[in-house]
Amino acid sequence: MSEKSISIVGSYKTKNTVEKTAAFLFVICAFVAVLAVLSITIYMIVGGTPAIFEVGLKNILLGTVWKPTASEPQYGILYVILTSIVGTILAVLIGVPIGVMTAVFLAETAPTRLSALVKPAVELLAGIPSVIFGLLGILILNPLIYQLEMAVFKDNPNHQFTGGSNLISAVLVLAIMILPTVINISESALRAVPSHYKQASLALGASHIQTIFKVIVPAAKSGIITAIVLGVGRAIGEAMAISLVAGNGANLPLPFHSVRFLTTAVVNEMSYAADTHKRVLFTIGLVLFVFIMLINLVLNKVMKGGIEDVNS
Amino acid sequence: MKNVIIGIISLLLLLIMIGSLSSCAKSDEYPDNAPEHSNNSKEIEIKKIAGTITMAGSTSMEKLANALSEAFMEKYPDMLVSAEFIGSGAGIEAVLSSTVNIGNSSRHLKETEISNGAVENIVAIDGIAVILDKSNSKNDISMDQLKKIFTGEINNWSKIGGENQPIVVIGREAGSGTRDAFEELLGIEEKCKYSNEINSTGGVMAKVASTPGAVGYVSLDVLDDTVSVAKIDGTEPTEEMIKAGSYLLSRPFIMATKGEISNQTLEIQAFFEFIKSEEGKELIRRIGLINVD
Repeated sequence: MSEKSISIVGSYKTKNTVEKTAAFLFVICAFVAVLAVLSITIYMIVGGTPAIFEVGLKNILLGTVWKPTASEPQYGILYVILTSIVGTILAVLIGVPIGVMTAVFLAETAPTRLSALVKPAVELLAGIPSVIFGLLGILILNPLIYQLEMAVFKDNPNHQFTGGSNLISAVLVLAIMILPTVINISESALRAVPSHYKQASLALGASHIQTIFKVIVPAAKSGIITAIVLGVGRAIGEAMAISLVAGNGANLPLPFHSVRFLTTAVVNEMSYAADTHKRVLFTIGLVLFVFIMLINLVLNKVMKGGIEDVNS
Repeated sequence: MKNVIIGIISLLLLLIMIGSLSSCAKSDEYPDNAPEHSNNSKEIEIKKIAGTITMAGSTSMEKLANALSEAFMEKYPDMLVSAEFIGSGAGIEAVLSSTVNIGNSSRHLKETEISNGAVENIVAIDGIAVILDKSNSKNDISMDQLKKIFTGEINNWSKIGGENQPIVVIGREAGSGTRDAFEELLGIEEKCKYSNEINSTGGVMAKVASTPGAVGYVSLDVLDDTVSVAKIDGTEPTEEMIKAGSYLLSRPFIMATKGEISNQTLEIQAFFEFIKSEEGKELIRRIGLINVD
């Protein structure tokens, strides 16, 4: 009797209700993420489009002058978009080789003791808040880059000195910040390569290094590409650290120019912006959102492509 | 209607005076007998002035707004004054949309803002200091040189008699009240060429302090000894110089209301009375700002 009263399935009827309620709850939980994405998408479109009609899409996307508070305001973000693209590509070019090599080291060649030292360090790097990277950038990286800048532009009277807050600093900080993502995902991919691939290669007489680069890395290709695409996502979405080290001038992305990324353009001026200026910042957010969506689409394509590769 | 309001205010002030007198008396002379008496007058005070005042606006005015609201709340324990620091433009926008009572602005109101009903109440004057990094031997800049530095015409300290050191021009982001005021005061709106645009006063201080050859601008009250302060046309940014009108980089701190102060609630009127009182003036002086009159 007492046993029966404890059980939630007291009778056929209650059982049915419980089952149905549970199923309903699960459906709701499952849709939370979908709802979040949907509402963000709708909000970005609603928030970002008014300025497009006010200023004109062409003026925003192809304009090169950013003077939001001038008496005749100009809202051109072409340089900002270019900076995001160039900065991200450069950061990936630096960060990915280092990251993939570290992953190879961790998965294949590292002695256990050394790997026990490197692995936690990589995980810790992922956990460090981005503002810390920014502060270190200001304190250590910027003065160094400023020295370099002064050496390079010693006899150039027309160069506007940035004090080290420029594209190079930003790219270096970004490159370090994408490392954990790239390393962790590449390492999982490398470890997932079936061990008989390696054994077969070694049995055919290939050396360990040959096996790594001719067999294991190609076999883990799709995972490594995923790592790269996620790294791109992280680099393009990073704001805090970059806003501290990049100088935030809306300039053409050349190495010693003070530059502004899509993220920092929003972050930096949001607090003081009003009217059209604020709405254009939402449009910049929309542009960034479209970028992230494109990257995700590419990611999905690449992952599907990767699976087909394995099957063929 | 107006007479009634004025009547109420004067009654209120009278009560406040009695209240403060009685509490003085209590603490000084009659520690045991007084409470009953002071409770009575306090009760009336509570009835009259109790409620909330909300402020939003300029980050440059953070120190002033916090100090004023704390002192005001100490004087009127039943008042709750809260302040947010979201920037001048956003503050005025908030007061116009009636989401807050007072909009703090560290620049003069724009014509569109005034035509929408915002009223400019100047509560204090702030100076803008031009700061240099400590290693810079040059510390006297003329107004003209300053203009040329910030528009990029002069880019090395050696051109104006300093060391052979490139100038790194540090500024604030578009929309900042300090930047608006600075550019307006120099007459170089939209012409500035910054190599760094930083979105906070503290950030400018830190960047200038750590970059050799840097020059930047901040409000007077945040100055400390991590940077050196430049004389402009030979004048240091001190209260006497700003009041005398010889230091030219100064700007108003405004607490904007929607409609005149006399049309605001009693609490808000009391708040502005407090700012104008000797106590308020002393407070403004103490945090490094300059009184209006």
